[in-house]
Amino acid sequence: MNGPTLFGLCAAALIGFGLYGLIVNPQPLRKIIGFNIIGSGVFLLFGTIARRGAAAGMGGDPVPQALLITGIVVAFSATALAVALLLRLFDEGGVVTLVSEASPTEAKADPPDA
Amino acid sequence: MTLALAVDIGLALLILAMAAWTIAVRDTFASVIGFVTYGLLLTLVWVRLALPDVALTEAAMGGGLTGALLIGAAARLRRTEATVRERPGVFTRTLAAVLSATVTAALSFCVLNLPDPAPTLAPGAAAKLGSTGVGNPVTAVLLAYRSMDTLLEAIVVLIALFGVWSLAHDRFWGGCPQLRTHADSEGILAYFARILPPIGIIVGVYIFWIGADFPGGKFQGATILAAMWLLVIGAGLAHFPPVSQAWLRILLVAGPLVFMAIGFAGIVTAGAVFAYPDGFAKPLILAIEIALMPTLVLALALLVAGAPQRMPPQ
Repeated sequence: MNGPTLFGLCAAALIGFGLYGLIVNPQPLRKIIGFNIIGSGVFLLFGTIARRGAAAGMGGDPVPQALLITGIVVAFSATALAVALLLRLFDEGGVVTLVSEASPTEAKADPPDA
Repeated sequence: MTLALAVDIGLALLILAMAAWTIAVRDTFASVIGFVTYGLLLTLVWVRLALPDVALTEAAMGGGLTGALLIGAAARLRRTEATVRERPGVFTRTLAAVLSATVTAALSFCVLNLPDPAPTLAPGAAAKLGSTGVGNPVTAVLLAYRSMDTLLEAIVVLIALFGVWSLAHDRFWGGCPQLRTHADSEGILAYFARILPPIGIIVGVYIFWIGADFPGGKFQGATILAAMWLLVIGAGLAHFPPVSQAWLRILLVAGPLVFMAIGFAGIVTAGAVFAYPDGFAKPLILAIEIALMPTLVLALALLVAGAPQRMPPQ
């Protein structure tokens, strides 16, 4: 067992944790967090592959590293869009839940500042 | 070696515990804080994997900006999140656990059976590094070997921003985004927002500039500059401009447009799209990076800010 293999197994476990959170947590914001944990697990898995490709005096294969940087930036952009959609939904209805038999809730939307 | 492995095992256990807590904890706000901590621990993993460019991106983007975004959202959604108590039944949870465990087991099997020796493009990247004029192979991949990816990435960031803007209420169309803060203009946050930006701007520009030869680059530098802007606005010392401002929109599209212009000019000057003529690679890469910098700073900060929420004061 060496470092990259260890973190590769860690990444596999993180993807599993994220998937469980994505399915089980009813709140959309928690689903976004679960999805981000899946994403970071995928990145870590790819990172161990970059590390295993260390050669030519480099600490890791530079092509996966560049793709990882691209991936992290794109993941942030997608998360920002998801959060904006969620907040707009909250402004519209005041209820944000994906539970099928959603119980009526007293929470009301914060009126947007005029 | 055994000590290094012990550190790695400790780090892996810590990060798994943090991820499990982030998913299992009841309070959404606590979960968000857990996720930020998790992002910082992940940065240490990238350092342990000897991938410093990724570590810098993860620290700035995964922990920092995503954290700011999620904390803002969790604060606004706090009341509705608290009312959602019920979780799916035991059957659904068992099924989800079985599915997740199966995915983990399959991926673990793949990790343990990766080809040996591992395939690598590092020798090829090293061989042509001299012709690009940059010393950091990751920057060479981002801006010379696979510059199309980087162009499309910048465009994805912009499209996400347009998506966020299009979610504004009709009456705030083209207005100002807003951070919801309760800052005291004499408080410690306002003090930091005056002291930190000069240092942060130097660090951000340094990380941008050093990226040509050492770990760093425009994405990491732009994130730090965006964070400084958000800090000043979050402390109530400045406000976001209306998103309908012409200068803002010009700066946002200038980066990708310069990138495309230089890329397509390669057809004439170097015989291929996104090729650089001999001897001009370094200045052209620098021109692209300098043009992309304001685009990324503005786009990343405005993505955290969200949809416009008020009209500019007349």
